Amino acid sequence: MNATQSATAHDVVIGLEVHVQLATQSKLFCSCATRFGAPPNTLTCPLCIGMPGTLPVMNRHAFELALQTAVSLDCQIAPFTKWDRKNYYYPDLPKGYQISQYDLPFSHDGHLDTYDPKGNLPVRRVGIIRVHLEEDAGKSMHDEAAGKSDSLIDLNRTGTPLLEIVTEPDMRSPAEAKAFLTELKLLLTYLGVSDCNMQEGSLRVDANINLHVPRNGETIATPIVEVKNMNSFRAVERALEYEAGRQWEEWQATGQKMGDVPKQTRGWDDAANLTRPQRHKEESSDYRYFPDPDLVPVVVSPEEIEVITKSLGELPAALRSRLESEYGLSAYDSDVLVNQGRSLASYFVQVAEACGNGKLASNWIQQDILRLLKERQETIDDFPVSAAALADLLRKVDQGELDTSKGRDVLGGMIDSGQPAEDVMLELGIAAVDESELTALCEQLLVENERIVADVQAGKVQAIGALIGQAKKRNPNVNPGRVREICLQLISKRA
Amino acid sequence: MQLTETSAVDLVEGLQAGRWTAVEVARSFLERISGKDPEIGAFLQVHADAALEQAERIDARRATGKSVGKLAGLPLSLKDVLCTRSQPTTCGSRMLENFQPPFDATSVAKLRDADAVFLGKVNMDEFAMGSSCENSAFQATRNPWNLECIPGGSSGGSAACVAAGMAPISIGSDTGGSVRQPAALCGVTGLKPTYGRISRYGLVAFASSLDQIGPVGTSVRDVALLLEVLAGHDPLDSTSIDAPVPPYSQTVEQPLKNLTLGIAKEHFESGLDGDVESAVREALRVYESLGATIKEVSLPHAPHAVGTYYIIACCECSSNLARYDGVHYGHRTDVSQMLAEGGNSNDDLTPLERMYCRSRAEGFGPEVKRRIMLGTYALSAGYYDAYYLQALKVRRLIRQDFDKAFEEVDLLVGPVMPTAAYKLGEKVEDPLSMYLSDLFTVSANLTGQPAISVPCGFTSGGLPIGLHLQAPPMEEERLLRGAWMFQNATDWHQRRPQ
Repeated sequence: MNATQSATAHDVVIGLEVHVQLATQSKLFCSCATRFGAPPNTLTCPLCIGMPGTLPVMNRHAFELALQTAVSLDCQIAPFTKWDRKNYYYPDLPKGYQISQYDLPFSHDGHLDTYDPKGNLPVRRVGIIRVHLEEDAGKSMHDEAAGKSDSLIDLNRTGTPLLEIVTEPDMRSPAEAKAFLTELKLLLTYLGVSDCNMQEGSLRVDANINLHVPRNGETIATPIVEVKNMNSFRAVERALEYEAGRQWEEWQATGQKMGDVPKQTRGWDDAANLTRPQRHKEESSDYRYFPDPDLVPVVVSPEEIEVITKSLGELPAALRSRLESEYGLSAYDSDVLVNQGRSLASYFVQVAEACGNGKLASNWIQQDILRLLKERQETIDDFPVSAAALADLLRKVDQGELDTSKGRDVLGGMIDSGQPAEDVMLELGIAAVDESELTALCEQLLVENERIVADVQAGKVQAIGALIGQAKKRNPNVNPGRVREICLQLISKRA
Repeated sequence: MQLTETSAVDLVEGLQAGRWTAVEVARSFLERISGKDPEIGAFLQVHADAALEQAERIDARRATGKSVGKLAGLPLSLKDVLCTRSQPTTCGSRMLENFQPPFDATSVAKLRDADAVFLGKVNMDEFAMGSSCENSAFQATRNPWNLECIPGGSSGGSAACVAAGMAPISIGSDTGGSVRQPAALCGVTGLKPTYGRISRYGLVAFASSLDQIGPVGTSVRDVALLLEVLAGHDPLDSTSIDAPVPPYSQTVEQPLKNLTLGIAKEHFESGLDGDVESAVREALRVYESLGATIKEVSLPHAPHAVGTYYIIACCECSSNLARYDGVHYGHRTDVSQMLAEGGNSNDDLTPLERMYCRSRAEGFGPEVKRRIMLGTYALSAGYYDAYYLQALKVRRLIRQDFDKAFEEVDLLVGPVMPTAAYKLGEKVEDPLSMYLSDLFTVSANLTGQPAISVPCGFTSGGLPIGLHLQAPPMEEERLLRGAWMFQNATDWHQRRPQ
């Protein structure tokens, strides 16, 4: 085995821990709002600042959103779940404990398949070990940069419902980890359970990574490193790429195996493009979990799970495969449409159904509608042309009444006036040209242009362009493609 | 008749009948407090002006025919563990010396709605941890029957102020006997309702699964009236029970027919003071004379109740009291002094961690620290199964013992405390013997069942003795009626200290 082979003959093993803020109006155990960006410490009450004498009361809506997510990840739902206290001291944790779930999470043992429309990555079924619900802590802001040692605490976030999703170490490359996160985010967006904004902290990712190196017929696992502080999916990918490389070098230099050293936590420095070790202290802490005596256990009935399951709607993976099988879209096209969200995908389905040409609908939506939405800075829900109206227009395009360029003009008119395609065509003086009329025109042109007919018959097919030009002069509404087809047909009949 | 020797039920009735005004009633109790409390030390704060204003408003409303609450004009005191809006709520601790909650406890709000008049806040063992009221950071409270003796605890201020006629009613809290034991030692009546019967919202937590608010008064009728006002489901407390509140004050004077009382042989086995035992046995004879049958039952796990209780209570308190870290609430050490002194070079604590340690070391008293350390230890990795988990299992076994016993008997009866009140300072250095004196009371907190302490005699030294009655969960009505039968046949509860 040469050096190059040995450098590639190992597996990168990645598991993720994803924290997702649920999009509830109010916090998990009190009625404070959960808005982002409010002035510090304005979204608080005696409960979420941990004031003596207060007691938590569970927000059932948050629990339902959590259930929706777990059901969508094909998790088992526990019929009985409880709340536990995770005890630790930190200034942004005013009670001195976090209400979380320890040994009886409300759901466990699910999975999510990764997806790569380009087909470069294998479809990977990533196991979900558990999904549990907990309350978020507040935020500490350290003013160390200014040379002071002041720390400020903002408790607006304290008590926001947070879902923790823990995966099996099933991903085998940083790209797969990114693909998993992309698919998870899409799913959460479809469910509407979170806005998944990583910048605002509503989605946070920690990764566990190590290497499996084959040696003498056995597989040796290197020490697991937890990587934190990654602020985008791209950063996750880059951090894990860096970390996989770093671990490989360390393995070659030290030969350390899992268990030889304590689990390390490293922070990703995006600007410097590297990970750095963080304080070890957390690893040795004992959270002294025990059931929270202030809260009653939560019981989930099979009926409730059924109601939740029915309420989910079509989820991304199912939708993508339906767009491919029912409307003949490519993997790429279905992915683009599904990624635009539930509303746009549903708009597509309506247009495709009504105009009868999925591929045409997909092209128009991807090329025109998405561009217009971007220009107009609006979502499909506010777009002035309904799916039925667009389908009407596309039918005319499909039947050759309009070419693409005229179709775009009509679409523009429909947006401006709010009128259906038919009316806009009248207004723009675009009338559909009758087929027999068009054939008569073509015959006329052939009679008048014997030389061109001769050129075409001699094989100079491009000569036909001159006929199309003349046809458009006589009647601006003619479809150039159709003129070409009819003329060529007539010429071939003559011969 | 002196107003300060009138029962709560009679005071309310006299107020309704116009025999006296709320101001007259409040003034008599305030006068009694200024005369008597310097030697008793029950009150941490007396809100004389606020009480008189409240009383005036109630009188004015009543005079103009406007509706008033069920307790309109009845003065009472609150254990300083109940949150009162914009008033200090210290829990008897330096840690919360300057804490003023921005809200009322649900129980306080209910009393306010019922137009009770708040005389002030009374002393307690720090964070309700203790059986003698000596663990208060502020003052010792003395037993009105003998000023050399402790009043019991942790609701020692509540029992002492009622016994001394400084309030007809006081609201306390009972985590392992903290209402019943001082009531017994001070010769008054103290009720611990079913866990969840009264909302815990605004009761500063000691041990959440055991804490319950309860009234202290001079008679069963009085505590029945108060329970009627305090009980009920509270959306702010998930553990409060959602069940209708029976009209306890209407039914309390109906004797129970064919009453079967259970005595646990384990309660008479060892360490029971002779005077206490004879008073309890005499009480049983009183019940027999009223037609009750006495039946011996067995509570085989009773010997483990104290150990189980202290594990669970300490574990919960170690977590409940974590919030007092000097960052948000409570005492914070002098940080500039701390930084000037510098850290111990042997430890690697950050300034933040040193601030936590110093603030908690300075803010908590020895008993609270002891229990936090016990609880922290018992919850730690490697010990959790052997202590906390084991205690939860024994708790279930104790509950099964009582369930079984209540299949055979209507009420359980026995002593509240193995002895009467002891001298101040006598057990301060011996916390274990203090813990062991809770053996009869802690079970009701572990099982959640209601229990009451009623006066049943005196020792040869003239100290009150309490009779303990316990009923199955949610059977307060039975408990109160059974206890009233005894009071109706005896006059122990009418005796007053000189």
